[in-house]
Amino acid sequence: MPDPRFKILTSASTSGPGDAGRTGSWRVERPVIDMDRCIPAKTGKHACHLCWLYCPDNVVSKDLEPTIDLEYCKGCGICAQECPAQAIEMIPDADFIKGADRE
Amino acid sequence: MNPGGLDYNYEDWTTIMNMTAKTSVLNLTQEEFIYPGNRACSGCGLSILYRIGLKALGRDCIFVVPPSCLTVMQGLFPIAATQMPVLNCTFASTAAIATGVRAAMKRLGRDTQVVAWAGDGGTSDIGIQALSGALERVEDIIYICYDNEAYMNTGVQRSGTTPQGTLTTTTPLSGKAEASKNIPAIIAAHNPAYLATCSASYPLDFHDKLLKAKEIKGLKYLHIQTPCPPGWGCEERMTVEIGRTAVETGLFDLYEIEDGQMKLSGPSQKLLGKTSLRPVREYLEMQVRFKALSDEQINVMQAEIDQKWAGYRDTF
Amino acid sequence: MSDAIIESGNVAAAMAVQLARAEVIAAYPITPQTPVTEKLSELITSGEMDAEYVAVESEHSAMAVCIGAASAGVRPFTATSSNGLLYMSEQLHWAAGARLPIVMCVVNRGIGAPWSVWNDHQDAISQRDAGWIQIFAKDHQEIVDSTLKAFRLAELTHIPVMVNYDGYYLSHTYMPFETPEPEQVDAFLPTFEYKHALNPERPESLNTVTLPDARRDVKSIQRGGYMDLRHNLHEEMRLAIKVWQEIDQEFQKVCGRGGAPIIDPYRCDDADFVVVAMGSLANQFRDVVDRLRDDGLKVGVLALQIYRPFPNSIIAEALQSAKHVMVYEKGLSYGYQGALYGDIKSALYPYPSRPCLHNFIVGLGGRGIPTESLFQTVKTACVQDEQMSPAQADEPRWIGLQL
Ligand SMILES: Cc1ncc(C[n+]2csc(CCOP(=O)(O)OP(=O)(O)O)c2C)c(N)n1
Ligand code: SF4
Ligand code: SF4
Ligand code: SF4
Ligand SMILES: [Mg+2]
Repeated sequence: MPDPRFKILTSASTSGPGDAGRTGSWRVERPVIDMDRCIPAKTGKHACHLCWLYCPDNVVSKDLEPTIDLEYCKGCGICAQECPAQAIEMIPDADFIKGADRE
Repeated sequence: MNPGGLDYNYEDWTTIMNMTAKTSVLNLTQEEFIYPGNRACSGCGLSILYRIGLKALGRDCIFVVPPSCLTVMQGLFPIAATQMPVLNCTFASTAAIATGVRAAMKRLGRDTQVVAWAGDGGTSDIGIQALSGALERVEDIIYICYDNEAYMNTGVQRSGTTPQGTLTTTTPLSGKAEASKNIPAIIAAHNPAYLATCSASYPLDFHDKLLKAKEIKGLKYLHIQTPCPPGWGCEERMTVEIGRTAVETGLFDLYEIEDGQMKLSGPSQKLLGKTSLRPVREYLEMQVRFKALSDEQINVMQAEIDQKWAGYRDTF
Repeated sequence: MSDAIIESGNVAAAMAVQLARAEVIAAYPITPQTPVTEKLSELITSGEMDAEYVAVESEHSAMAVCIGAASAGVRPFTATSSNGLLYMSEQLHWAAGARLPIVMCVVNRGIGAPWSVWNDHQDAISQRDAGWIQIFAKDHQEIVDSTLKAFRLAELTHIPVMVNYDGYYLSHTYMPFETPEPEQVDAFLPTFEYKHALNPERPESLNTVTLPDARRDVKSIQRGGYMDLRHNLHEEMRLAIKVWQEIDQEFQKVCGRGGAPIIDPYRCDDADFVVVAMGSLANQFRDVVDRLRDDGLKVGVLALQIYRPFPNSIIAEALQSAKHVMVYEKGLSYGYQGALYGDIKSALYPYPSRPCLHNFIVGLGGRGIPTESLFQTVKTACVQDEQMSPAQADEPRWIGLQL
């Protein structure tokens, strides 16, 4: 048992999201899923989910209609590259910002 | 635009998944053990491995990690991106630190898995002495080497596993002169309880090899080819595609060694039935790091692969 | 209390480690430490000691195993000498920065090149700034008692402790000593606890990359950066001097021995001339002091028992009434002077009375230290040195050179 007079400061870290901040800001392009093409969305049955499997940053959901957490999605495009139905398109993030400006 | 995706339709994938692994995308747990928003680069192959590997290992594990990209990915004080208990250690000592943790678990009567997870530099170069010692002592640990084929954390310098001809910051202009070390063969010479090679592009194969490793006593060594977009000079979206190409060209083989017997795993095993494999040039041309390779060097590489596979066809 | 045992210093150390119930032993053979390793593996193999023995492939790994075991909350032990200590240098710093309560015996030996298996203190001195507490034992009894107390000190302060004793002079000579009963040790030394013991039920990532500046944790609590952690290590290492004194008192209550945890003065009370030394050399000086007293010189010897943290005020106060202080040491900071001498000099600086200081380098790489030469050098220094210029007096003098 350490002596109570000692604080014993060490680099012991506890877990939580966003160690690198909102990594969504790293993104140049964002993945957009076309639910008309997405296999589980289209068939209403759990299938495929390769975007969920391969996403390095664990931001894709394993739902029938997969969702992407854009707060942290780094925009790598692996999901789009691996989607067997070509249901995911990488669209420049700037387009969305411009769109917002126009409104 | 999904140029790589065009080659694969969903049915193909389901078949590949099923023949490589007991676990399928559908029954793979949704429980996550690492938080998003970590410091790994966009498209990092290690991130895929780590995320899926932890699903296989489960929570009753202690990780031992030397300096590497994983150190950074796991979080900077006081925030841990990982939910696992981790002991960060000095570069050369991974397997010995894991030995100490394992000895402690034995004293405490706990079955907790001790998992050493190091890069190729930490394994094949500076850490090989401690690893060889742990192998010789038959320590009951899982040792995972993610091989991104250079020292990435310090800015892409050559390592023992960097392939011949590769451009790195310490092998500029003409690429690395020497051939890479065959680390799995060096490990195999120690007769480990279990040895497997894996690829970040086949995470379920890795997942199930880990499930198997968990059940085996002794030192289990897993060597994983791990594409790294900034280090390999490729687009971030190509990570999985590149690793897959390495396997399909017959350059990087997925196999297991148990009781001294080598067995090709699903995706590589499948290639035995093919009369010709995708040319290695396809793999090389995807990456800037191979820009310095001459046609002659590529032909030599191809000839070596062909010869290796001719041998496999005779053996398996 | 058991009857006196007559054994080597290395066996004394191993017996203390057995009594301390260390649970993970990892060590690598190196002369003159090897018999400690051999004795412990024998005790464990024969079942007399309940511990894991890990036959590591290097000292770097020996300390790694200790780091792994301590981080998981289990009491480790290792021992080494000389180049073995240097080989684990990176790990020493790591263990200290991680605040791991590790105890290690260092059987002091000269370091290469060229090879020397014989005694001096350069191994320990070279690791002075690693953040380890460094204790020096001067006889077999102190090897036993200091090792037992070191476990308590390490575990209370969460700072690793090195117990130093002289190669051959202590490690391989047979001398009588006593060991406490196991129940006495158990009463004195509770079970091991590491504040951040690795546990999947309370996952923490230990020794993570730490930024220069403070940062908020996941609960938004501000946590210090690298420099703040290091400041805390320093402050608490200073506090360890007090804790070491308290532990000595506890140990005295249980085992009846102790009383000089920081400095051990011999005939210093009225001394005009005080010799300062560490380890067995300090004991050797007791005969010299007796003879010089017979010759009418008021000489004493002060043994320094703990070198890091440096007990600067205790030592400075103890030397206040002396006219001359002669520091004899078996290691130095190359290109300057004896490391201990420099420390004592700076410790005295803030005090009103600053005795004349003399520095002698002796016994490197096992060079014999005849008591006669100690007698002569002290005597000469007492009688003649007042004529030296300050610059001359501040240069270390090498005793027993054979150039
Ligand atoms: C003793 C020591 N030498 C050098 C380093 C610097 N260093 C930190 S990580 C690293 C490279 C790691 O390479 P690898 O193991 O392949 O992992 P990667 O970064 O590629 O993931 C180096 C050289 C260090 N931390 N410690
Ligand atoms: S990979 Fe494509 S088809 Fe499959 S679930 Fe994701 S979006 Fe749907
Ligand atoms: S794979 Fe890449 S682009 Fe797709 S969701 Fe994950 S981080 Fe975003
Ligand atoms: S450098 Fe490579 S391995 Fe390291 S984090 Fe980036 S992508 Fe991953
Ligand atoms: Mg690497």
